[in-house]
Amino acid sequence: MNDQINTNSVEAQARRDFLKTGALVVGATLAPGVLFYGVAHSRAPEEAASSDKRYGLLIDTTKCGNGCNDCVTACNTENGLSGETGPQDSQWIRKVDIKDLRTGYVQSLPMMCQHCENPPCVDVCPTSASMKRADGIVLVDRHTCIGCRYCMMACPYKARSFVHEPLTDQNPEVPRGKGCVESCTFCVQRVDRDEQPACVEACNKQGHGAMIFGDLKDPESELNKALKSASSIEVRADLALNTGVRYQGI
Amino acid sequence: MAQEHCTNQGECRTGQFITLLALGGLVILGALYAFFTLEHHGHVLTGMNNQVVWGLPHVFAVFLIVAASGALNVASIGSVFGKDVYKKRAPLSGMLALALLAGGLAVLVLDLGRPDRLIVAMTHYNFRSIFAWNMIFYNGFFAIVGLYLITLMDRNLKGWSKPVGYMAFFWRLALTTATGSIFGFLVARAGYNSALMAPMFIIMSFAYGLAIFMVVQSSMYYWNGLVLDDGVRRRMKNLLAVFVGASLYFTVVFHLTNLYFAKQWDFERFILLDGGIYTQIFWIGQILLGGIVPLILLFMPRTQDAQKICFCFLAPLLVILGGLAQMYVTIIGGQAFPMQMFPGHEVTSTFYDGVVAQYNPTVYEWLLGIGGVGITFVLTVIAVRAFKFMPQDDFHVLQMRRSTD
Repeated sequence: MNDQINTNSVEAQARRDFLKTGALVVGATLAPGVLFYGVAHSRAPEEAASSDKRYGLLIDTTKCGNGCNDCVTACNTENGLSGETGPQDSQWIRKVDIKDLRTGYVQSLPMMCQHCENPPCVDVCPTSASMKRADGIVLVDRHTCIGCRYCMMACPYKARSFVHEPLTDQNPEVPRGKGCVESCTFCVQRVDRDEQPACVEACNKQGHGAMIFGDLKDPESELNKALKSASSIEVRADLALNTGVRYQGI
Repeated sequence: MAQEHCTNQGECRTGQFITLLALGGLVILGALYAFFTLEHHGHVLTGMNNQVVWGLPHVFAVFLIVAASGALNVASIGSVFGKDVYKKRAPLSGMLALALLAGGLAVLVLDLGRPDRLIVAMTHYNFRSIFAWNMIFYNGFFAIVGLYLITLMDRNLKGWSKPVGYMAFFWRLALTTATGSIFGFLVARAGYNSALMAPMFIIMSFAYGLAIFMVVQSSMYYWNGLVLDDGVRRRMKNLLAVFVGASLYFTVVFHLTNLYFAKQWDFERFILLDGGIYTQIFWIGQILLGGIVPLILLFMPRTQDAQKICFCFLAPLLVILGGLAQMYVTIIGGQAFPMQMFPGHEVTSTFYDGVVAQYNPTVYEWLLGIGGVGITFVLTVIAVRAFKFMPQDDFHVLQMRRSTD
């Protein structure tokens, strides 16, 4: 009799252990996903970009490494650019060295599409291929760009490139094509996964921390806090384009 | 039947006609070769790059488009302002306008990065874009001027030529305003960004269009062994001189305005003093050969025979050359000058910031650009052969009017 009771309690114990382990396994499997969803709120592919956000970038030129080209290299790798710098090669981001003619003070800074609120490239595009997403990211629709290059004439930042020859080995996430105009997309494919643009990630990895990417409409974002802490400028502020990219230290 | 088709030529010179067509056809074939080669290999074969994005094809295209609206001016002076001598020339003027626009637009389209998507340009309109408005104006120009030609050439519709002529006149003003504004609306670059671009393009279109009209008219008279009436020639000579003078005036005002603004000094120094090829083309091509020399030729007292050559061929040809020079300086020079993102700073980068952009047109660009002229030429040759475009002057009336002038 005692033996039977012992056997039953052993079986019950085994069942409890099984259930406990099972619950732990299931929990361990699901929890990161649930947690990740809760933290990230990543946008589903079918969900449209929201005007509740406006993506922006702050560049602190005092932290930007003179001679450092990591942001450019990261952009080229992420977006499948060759990295060549001939007159006909695409460059979505470039390092610009500026020297004050009166004082001789030298600075280095990255220059790319400034993702303007009132982008001249979008205004002039005859087919609306050049467009601004609801969240402020300025893009080119590869399906309706006819390659007239009027947007390149209109951009005050020389941010756009024309694809002069057929391309191979493209990044499937970043389709490009001969005869179309292209420019920095803020790595929209990464942003839609709640990741940072490749250039920003590379800059942080290098330890410079010269670039802060975020939501200009979120008062609590690191970007907004940094913008409130020190004065910043827009390049060619005289044009009143309200750029999404701002600079500190110039 | 064959004789009917030769009415405008005075006599049937089919051999020469076919030779002209063949020459024009060869030029068009060259343009098609360039187009298909670029379509296959990309614009890597051109001299255009990410700094100078509009090159020689655009120089020819914009020149032809601007000249198209100007060529129509002869008809407008007849229909809108009621001048009889110009009324007789209205059909030729309208036809030339269509041929020039066709040539210019062909170059513009063949140079697109994705010419296969032309249908997209016809179905997706961004009404904030002056480029999109231009497409509407160009297509409308074909329709309205086509209609205008019908009213001019169909006896039963003659009465409509005045109202349709008015419409064509205002349409062409809108079209050239829009073409000039392609550059005038560009805030980014020092060479453009001026409301003066639109009226300046209009006045230049008068000069370029009339010059082309005079060359074509003189060629037709020469082909038929006829001599243009002195009175008509004097009138057109004076009109061309007024337009060339006005173009020079606008050029002076444009640069004077820039010289008044400190931020534009570097650009003005580039165009007027140390811009190398652009400075040379500006002074020698646009101002001297395209402006001052034609004015001297038009006004210098000469013998009767010398006048014919100067007035009817040489002066207008120089105005055309000057027009191409002006477009080169405006379009290429405006892009070659570095964009000023950081005033007061010396700027360098791997993307050619802060330096004058290099541009050397390749043979493909020449073939495309001259192909546009070829299209205009072939269309004109066929049109004057098949229809009555020869100005039908009533010389008796002209003689009478001259004696009372």
